[in-house]
Amino acid sequence: MNGDAFRLVHAGDSVVVAELEDRIDERVNARAIRLAAAIGRAGLRGVRDIVPTYRSVAVYYDPLRIDFSRLSDLLSLEAPAADRGEVDRRERRAPVRIPVTYGGVDGPDLADVAAFAKMPEAEVIARHTGRVYRVFMMGFLPGFPYLGTVDPAIAAPRRPSPRLRVPAGSVGVAGAQTGVYPADSPGGWQLIGRTTLRLFDRSRANPFLLEPGDEVEFVAER
Amino acid sequence: MASVRVLRPGLLTTVQDAGRWGLQSRGVPPAGPMDPWSHRMANALVGNGADAATLEVTLKGPELEFDDERIVAVAGAHFAIDVDSQGQSPNTAFIVPAGARLRVGARRIGARGYLAVTGGFAVPELLGSRSTHLVSRLGGVEGRALAAGDSLPLGPPGGPRPRRSAEAALPASDGPTRIRVLAGPHLDKFAPDALSVLQSSPYTLGNDSDRMGFRLSGPRLVHANGADIISDATPLGVLQVPASGQPVLLMADRQTTGGYPSLATVITADIGLAGQLAPGDQIQFEACTFQDAMAALIARERALMALEDGSPA
Repeated sequence: MNGDAFRLVHAGDSVVVAELEDRIDERVNARAIRLAAAIGRAGLRGVRDIVPTYRSVAVYYDPLRIDFSRLSDLLSLEAPAADRGEVDRRERRAPVRIPVTYGGVDGPDLADVAAFAKMPEAEVIARHTGRVYRVFMMGFLPGFPYLGTVDPAIAAPRRPSPRLRVPAGSVGVAGAQTGVYPADSPGGWQLIGRTTLRLFDRSRANPFLLEPGDEVEFVAER
Repeated sequence: MASVRVLRPGLLTTVQDAGRWGLQSRGVPPAGPMDPWSHRMANALVGNGADAATLEVTLKGPELEFDDERIVAVAGAHFAIDVDSQGQSPNTAFIVPAGARLRVGARRIGARGYLAVTGGFAVPELLGSRSTHLVSRLGGVEGRALAAGDSLPLGPPGGPRPRRSAEAALPASDGPTRIRVLAGPHLDKFAPDALSVLQSSPYTLGNDSDRMGFRLSGPRLVHANGADIISDATPLGVLQVPASGQPVLLMADRQTTGGYPSLATVITADIGLAGQLAPGDQIQFEACTFQDAMAALIARERALMALEDGSPA
């Protein structure tokens, strides 16, 4: 298996994107996260932001302070080490357990997901709590994790029209993805439960509960 | 601590500094000024550092009352400005005496002015920045636009070295505004002629255009193979194209990731000019080379540095 696909693409004059294999895959994602960490460790002046996604790394830079060729050399140099899978400390962290109250007012779409899956609600809960998820990336809102991958049996598509207000802590499913809303916001995911954990809390020293590459387990509370 | 009292907030006035950078991997949008060049210019005019927080004033400005005497400038879009009924010019530093009222009225050219006060607006920093992000309600004044009755703390005025005046890049008063783009990042997700279609005639900003992005209508852009991609990073200035074929130009408050391919990206030198556009305005896109983009950026930076480092007015 060849996991070494790598190419650099400009996104304007101030962002370069290292594109890896074009698929959702834990190994490809781990490579993206390791590459992002390596660029961060290099501490180049003029790098403003480093964003690992499912299968790419976007590096935001100031082209007046760092030459594109220097940055592309560094990315090309670090890519093979990222491929070799040298594990950084964070990747060995134990899964973060997220307690969830499923169904009822906390999970108004649990019945719809059960209907989609043609199984009892209790079985949907068992399937959702029954695996460890990976934080593939973060986006949408501060602290929102894109978690995968959901048991295909309960992977219900987004709701036909999004809700104007999803309460903070809501746990949603959208196809193969699951996630937790860090704040009240509009949203179209199927809401199956809710947690009291704050995924983003500006009053904490580290406001973010999760980061890309973390593992997450949902635990049913009753 | 000296402060400025908000008598009237204007249409949409937010606190912005250079932006909340470094946390996009945690889903935190950078926000920051829609016209970063005019933001810097406003700061230079009053002798502030480039990162000091200013007020981004949209279409119709606020009325403010000052505790103490300050040097003030409104750079970028041209607004009607007066201090206790005495008219002032845009892009020019002026003095607001203690107790005076500063009114920023209707805009004449452009959409966004940057109101800088010597010492800067000293609202608390959040995650390293004072910039307001409206959707996630972070930064600025409780994460929202200014409201009547707000009191904005000011930093100490320091040793101001104000400059006399400067001129911002503003939209054409008649006809479309030329905005230069570089191809990509997802050029290969589009039909081979998509980049020429983009330049074939102007696009108009829709009414639902805001700090997150501009919804554009114009020639339809065709994908090579559907409009869905695995969610990718969404840099400032990318032209995302959903299935409708009508692009969305992503601006300061955009989400950090998105699931549509991007045909082209506005060059950094022209981002501020794009930030001066309002609903109904038109853009004529023009593809350029990386060398053109860098030359334009260096020219803009030189002009700003001359203003920032220049001798006192």
